[in-house]
Amino acid sequence: MQAMQDVVKHKVSILMATALSALLLSGCGEEEAKPAGGIDPKVYTDSLFAVMNADRTNYTKLIIARLGPQGADSIKPHEYWEDLDNGAPLPAQMFRYGAEAVSETSSDFSYSLQSLWPINSQNAPKTELEKEGLQFIVDNPGENFYGTETLGEVSYYTAVYPDVAVAAPCVACHNNHKDSPKTDFEMGDVMGGVVIRVPM
Amino acid sequence: MGIRKRTVGLWGIWLLASLALAGWLGLPLLKKDTPKTAFIPGAMTHGHHQIELQCGACHGDGFNSHEVLQDACVNCHGDELKAAQDAHPKSKFTDPRNADRLANVDARFCVSCHVEHRPELDVGMGVTLPMDMCVHCHEDIASERPSHEGMGFDTCASAGCHNFHDNRALYEDFLLAHAGEPWLKPEPVQPPRHGWRHDMDDAELVALLRGDGPPPASVKEPEHWDGNAHAEAGVACTACHGSAEQWVDTPEPLQCARCHESEVEGFTRGRHGMRLGMALSPMTPAQSVLNMHVEASHRELTCVSCHGAHDFDTQKAAVDACVGCHNDEHSNEYLRSSHHDLWKREKRGELPPGSGVTCATCHMPREVHNGDVRVQHNQSLNLRPVEKMIRPVCLTCHGLEFSIDALADPHLLENNFRGKPDIHVPSVDMARERDESRDGKKGLY
Repeated sequence: MQAMQDVVKHKVSILMATALSALLLSGCGEEEAKPAGGIDPKVYTDSLFAVMNADRTNYTKLIIARLGPQGADSIKPHEYWEDLDNGAPLPAQMFRYGAEAVSETSSDFSYSLQSLWPINSQNAPKTELEKEGLQFIVDNPGENFYGTETLGEVSYYTAVYPDVAVAAPCVACHNNHKDSPKTDFEMGDVMGGVVIRVPM
Repeated sequence: MGIRKRTVGLWGIWLLASLALAGWLGLPLLKKDTPKTAFIPGAMTHGHHQIELQCGACHGDGFNSHEVLQDACVNCHGDELKAAQDAHPKSKFTDPRNADRLANVDARFCVSCHVEHRPELDVGMGVTLPMDMCVHCHEDIASERPSHEGMGFDTCASAGCHNFHDNRALYEDFLLAHAGEPWLKPEPVQPPRHGWRHDMDDAELVALLRGDGPPPASVKEPEHWDGNAHAEAGVACTACHGSAEQWVDTPEPLQCARCHESEVEGFTRGRHGMRLGMALSPMTPAQSVLNMHVEASHRELTCVSCHGAHDFDTQKAAVDACVGCHNDEHSNEYLRSSHHDLWKREKRGELPPGSGVTCATCHMPREVHNGDVRVQHNQSLNLRPVEKMIRPVCLTCHGLEFSIDALADPHLLENNFRGKPDIHVPSVDMARERDESRDGKKGLY
């Protein structure tokens, strides 16, 4: 019995020594606690969309329509605007640059512009909720779509808002682009949707 | 009692062994230049091997975070990626809708594709690279582009058609805009460069050139000073060597940055100067993984190794300095190439300035920034993948199709472009066919 106790003590000593050595040779980690939010997710995403939509509409109407080929013709909105001396990003690119800049500073929400008729196929709806939401806003003009989904083991509150053709350049560009799957858009049509996600 | 003594003895041995181990591991960390081989899990790729002793340059102080490692990559390569209009920035992958894709390739982090300490996985570009990276997101490309039906999953980047990061010379509209160009342009000449700092006003520049008063009386004017670029610009000795009281015979390796800031910045980012950029001793050819002339082994790479301490001969720096150390097939074949013939004719005055093609013409191209023509001194910048060289270099003199084909021909890379390409990359043809199939439909914008 005594021999058994000695063996156990011996093993415990070795374990303690190993643990202490490991502690000496390594650092300690600490996880940050996440503060709990208090705002209703719908109010949060609706507010975000209000700002996004205002900026997007203003860029399209005040810059692209006014200074582009259908206005003063002093800038050339183009997908590869960086290769042109007077190039300017397209409204959809401007929107994406905003989303990319946000993603570099915040993981509290993310957003993207998608469509059932995307010029770039990577911007087609991908998750089941995106597909459902994009179809819903097309079928129900003027309404938004809200839901929850789990992606990569994280739950999200996901809102989908209609992206409406607000200026002639929107319609003209999409109807004439060689990669556009739909060529009969009209002013006021829902051309796609803004998808905003908030991790829950 | 005996057991207790034995236990105390074992604890003593443990304590001594732990202290000895901690000392053996810890002491090298305290001194910057001491080899830290015990911590290096494997040799570095040839992109980073010069700085392998500077573990902290990549791992930070704590070795405890993916983010630290990622920040280190971005600190050195971020500007380059932005300038290349990176086609796959991190922000593309942080969107939760791509969470399933991250399970295959976590492209938020550079190290997911570019693993260090595993040089056996190097694909020849100084980085490791999974050959199937494209297929995880673009496996259905043939449904969108029928011309891609049947193409191998590992041919997207290897066939000279696409790059993950830099597609500035390969995107469809660019291919169409340059379709049909002749192999050699009518006036193949590179622009003249500006050597001084344009970000300074004249008074600041003159103050820099005048230096800190006259040199000590014992200092004599160096041989061949008259006529060199610094003498003609009126640069005083003390501008580089310091005032009479603080005179140094050999200025610091990066002293030149006082006037040539952008050149030094590029130099310290490339493989020639990255050790100096990390506050290590200068790189020597002996440390290189490439074939070098034995007699050049111990030369130290600073600004003056190529430009000379007092002659500042840019012609010498553009060819002689390079082939004085480099002893690989591509470098040696250059001296027999038509590019070198043009250089000899330019030097003889038979061709206008900028007609010759030197090592520097391709590896240290002249870049235009706000009307200022600067020499990019990071000679590694456009090296791999080779398509990065098309826009800043090849297109100055050659057409796009010829350039893509020439860079895709491994024989031409070895013999330094003696002859025409035997390989044809059909990317321009495919872009043209697709355009014609849509009646050349052009958008309003």
